[in-house]
Amino acid sequence: MSENGQIYRISGPVVTAIGLDAKMYDVVRVGDEGLMGEVIELHGDKAVIQVYEDTSGVRPGEPVSNTGLTLAVQLGPGLLTQIYDGIQRPLPVLQEKMGTFITRGVDADGLDQERKWAFEPTAKKGDSVTGGQVIGTVQETETIVHKIMVPPNMSGTIKNIKSGDFTVSETVCTLDDGKEIAMMQRWPVRAPRPFKQKYAPDTPLVTGMRILDFLFPLAKGGAAGIPGPFGSGKTVTQQSLAKYSDAQIVVYIGCGERGNEMTEVLDEFPHLIDPNTGKPLMNRTVMIANTSNMPVAAREASVYTGITIAEYFRDMGYDVALMADSTSRWAEAMREISSRLEEMPGEEGYPAYLSSRLAEFYERAGRVETLEGEDGSVTVIGAVSPPGGDISEPVSQGTLRIVKVFWGLDAPLARQRHFPAINWLNSYSLYPQSLDQWFKDNIAPDFPEIRTEISSLLQVEAELQEIVQLVGSDALPIDQQLTLEVARMIREYFLQQNAFHDIDAYSGVQQQYLMAKAILTFQSEAKKAIESGGLLEDVVNVPARSDLMRGRFEDKYLDRIDDLVIEMTKQIAAAAEEN
Amino acid sequence: MAGKEYRTITDVKGPLVFLNKTEPVAFGEIVQLRLADGSTKNGQVLDTSDDMVVVQVFEGTAGVDRNTGVKFLGDVFKLPVSKDLVGRILDGAGRPRDGGPDIVAEANADIIGAAINPYARQSPHDFIQTGISAIDCCTTLVRGQKLPIFSASGLPHNDIALQIARQAKLTGSDEQFIVVFCAMGITAEEYNFFRSDLERTGALENAVLFVNLADDPAVERLITPRLALTAAEYLAFEHDYHVLVIYTDVTNYCDALRQIGAAREEVPGRRGYPGYMYTDLAMLYERAGLVKGKKGSITQFPILTMPGDDITHPIPDLSGYITEGQIVISRELHGSGIYPPINVLPSLSRLMGGTIGEKTTREDHKSVSDQMYAAYAQGRELRGLVAIVGEDALNERDKQLLAFSGLFEDKFLRQDRYEDRSIDETLDLCWNLMQNIDTKYLVRLDQQWIDKYHPTDKKE
Repeated sequence: MSENGQIYRISGPVVTAIGLDAKMYDVVRVGDEGLMGEVIELHGDKAVIQVYEDTSGVRPGEPVSNTGLTLAVQLGPGLLTQIYDGIQRPLPVLQEKMGTFITRGVDADGLDQERKWAFEPTAKKGDSVTGGQVIGTVQETETIVHKIMVPPNMSGTIKNIKSGDFTVSETVCTLDDGKEIAMMQRWPVRAPRPFKQKYAPDTPLVTGMRILDFLFPLAKGGAAGIPGPFGSGKTVTQQSLAKYSDAQIVVYIGCGERGNEMTEVLDEFPHLIDPNTGKPLMNRTVMIANTSNMPVAAREASVYTGITIAEYFRDMGYDVALMADSTSRWAEAMREISSRLEEMPGEEGYPAYLSSRLAEFYERAGRVETLEGEDGSVTVIGAVSPPGGDISEPVSQGTLRIVKVFWGLDAPLARQRHFPAINWLNSYSLYPQSLDQWFKDNIAPDFPEIRTEISSLLQVEAELQEIVQLVGSDALPIDQQLTLEVARMIREYFLQQNAFHDIDAYSGVQQQYLMAKAILTFQSEAKKAIESGGLLEDVVNVPARSDLMRGRFEDKYLDRIDDLVIEMTKQIAAAAEEN
Repeated sequence: MAGKEYRTITDVKGPLVFLNKTEPVAFGEIVQLRLADGSTKNGQVLDTSDDMVVVQVFEGTAGVDRNTGVKFLGDVFKLPVSKDLVGRILDGAGRPRDGGPDIVAEANADIIGAAINPYARQSPHDFIQTGISAIDCCTTLVRGQKLPIFSASGLPHNDIALQIARQAKLTGSDEQFIVVFCAMGITAEEYNFFRSDLERTGALENAVLFVNLADDPAVERLITPRLALTAAEYLAFEHDYHVLVIYTDVTNYCDALRQIGAAREEVPGRRGYPGYMYTDLAMLYERAGLVKGKKGSITQFPILTMPGDDITHPIPDLSGYITEGQIVISRELHGSGIYPPINVLPSLSRLMGGTIGEKTTREDHKSVSDQMYAAYAQGRELRGLVAIVGEDALNERDKQLLAFSGLFEDKFLRQDRYEDRSIDETLDLCWNLMQNIDTKYLVRLDQQWIDKYHPTDKKE
């Protein structure tokens, strides 16, 4: 056995090597072209390797060499605004080296090794430092300060610390035992980065999407699943979250999805402005794109690459949101490799360890006390693509067992062009209890009650609709007809939101609250008016109500909403008096 | 090594041949088998190790015995590509089928095809006018898109595909599409229908045909679309053509994939289809698009027949997750004599939103399309209600919507196989039909477009 072995067998992305001295998850170079692979199984003197590149043309007998390292990412300044493939090769660099198509055998560093960054030390000579402690900063993009930390497994007293322009690999700090610290560190993707402790989440991740923030809020450090059949708007929802959520850093993983979608994000993000900072969204974004036709083994690795980068920024004390679109493709990559390994399958051919891998992944979300004692969080939002939209399948079920928020996308709603097509009857969030204090303190004391009223109106509507299906709405008593009208207003005015409209795409929580209140005001005023003799038809059709509803597409809606509600109240009262 | 012939076959199973080998054989390498009667068959290596090689035989294994000679050709499958492919008809393995000479290669291209770097792609934004109202208005086709037709047996998907091939053009441009047509397991009759139509309209001279018919070997179907797409990529990205790839029927392709999987005793996924079918289909569908710095483009129009009209069947389901929308053909509309029987409700074009508008189609397109869709959807829903409570129980708005849904099908959807409506004609037609609904119910139309375009409410 030695560091160099030989290929014994090739079956698609799975290669068996003989005579290779390897540990599990060691990264190896396969064949004459040096294709990158990872050891995933050991049998006697044979090592089974999953290869991250296409293996056509590779022959038994070609050499395999062990790098002795596990699959790791390079962490340091230069991550933001970058777009990577599943194993952290920057796509622009690949294009430079290989042209339009991704061929193979090309290696590329995750971080630009040439570029110099201005390093400003925050620690000084003689300071005693431990892993995770910040020793300096780099202004990485206009909005984000990149904190340079001591790698987690290192500690000592600073013997020397520099200031000035350095590349990521140059030493900026030396400890008294001679250990050198550069701005770049490496971390194995399959191991979670350490932290002091996990906290319970207590702050919502504000997304600007009314149905999410108001009815089914997600906490910073929480995990959410978005299952939905094709065409129901998973990707649009994920992209809206990437655009408007109030995380400081966004990691977007396009895992086994369409190439054109990633291109669209690449085209669009540099021009989009972050509503929270007023600066281009790209400044806070890291993208990972492993499209559906790129090698499956790299797809398997892509979510780990993404979450490790997310954890790294969390360790600096940032709130990070990670979107994985779609975890089903990741699970399928596991299935494909598992079947090549001839493992005994679990449900629907997925490996028996599917649910534990899903759990391990989502468990890397959380709000933590970092090694330095700061507060940081990783929020994970995973899209799920259940076959035929049926969520009884293993990936959806494995996800739902772990996540606390379920945003169920729905094909019938999408077909009615109700977007976001999130079904309010079967979606849920388990966070309201822990977040209500925040909503009471920051928005309004009666926020939880208003939410309950809105969601119970929607429940009542669902029951009434069943009757309407049979007898038509005219057969219902007037008060129930009004309830239907109010529920319709909730759906069309509040729940529907145009992700492509400049103004409607983002709705602050304060505005959401006022809009919900406006609906309830309409309900109570209309009820009063009808009781005093107004006709339902007249009351619901007052022009001021359309003005109120249409106003959300216009600028400064938050400032005008109170006036619009007052005007509506007046007109409703007048409509009652006419009779 | 390429010269040696092995006679070491141990097992033959379905389309697979297993042999003990002697020298290293590359994964994916091309293999030639020589039978006792002197005839040859082609295959490809699926699994290779020091002890055993598994070969998938494209033409089927009939006649193969232990004495069959096996020659490894030392290279992976490549297609000789050249500009001269245009106007040619090839069989499912890339050999001339039209009696013409062999293709003189300008290059030999690997048929597996590498993935386009997402960073090198260019977002598709050019409107393709198909002249079919339902598509142009509601599920707009965009250059570089992959938009499948989800059909079922007995429906006129071929007519629709041909009509698109005939009429597709960019507005305000004379650039013609060339058609790469790929037949996978369709009947000779269907093939002749395509061929004669292309011939009659003169499109054949600007087309490349790859033909694997129902009685051709099923396993060959696994490479036919790859050949077609390799040719398309070459013509688009080396010779600046705008290529429209039509392939039919994806369902036959997937069945061939299942056949191989079963022969290899792989763990099957849903309905016996292999677990890697998503990735495999993606490797076809994703070969569409535009890339930076190249003039040409590939637009894909795959046709698939949904077994049992079931859109949740793995084939349409996995396709829908990869493609940028779908055009769904409805048996019900076909039954009521409407051509093209496109059901716009489950149909979708994901690239439409970023394409339509003032610069490409018309400023009111989005508004009109939303309103037409919404009104038709509501009208259709009311049909169910009317069946129970009768039309008299409807209020005025619902009556208008109900009547509109009939007009939508009769006047908007229905058009002749040779009727080529411009986008302006289509949108004007929409406005005309919407006159049948009171303007106050047309809530999805922007007031400014009502003022400008509504035939009776126009403010002049």
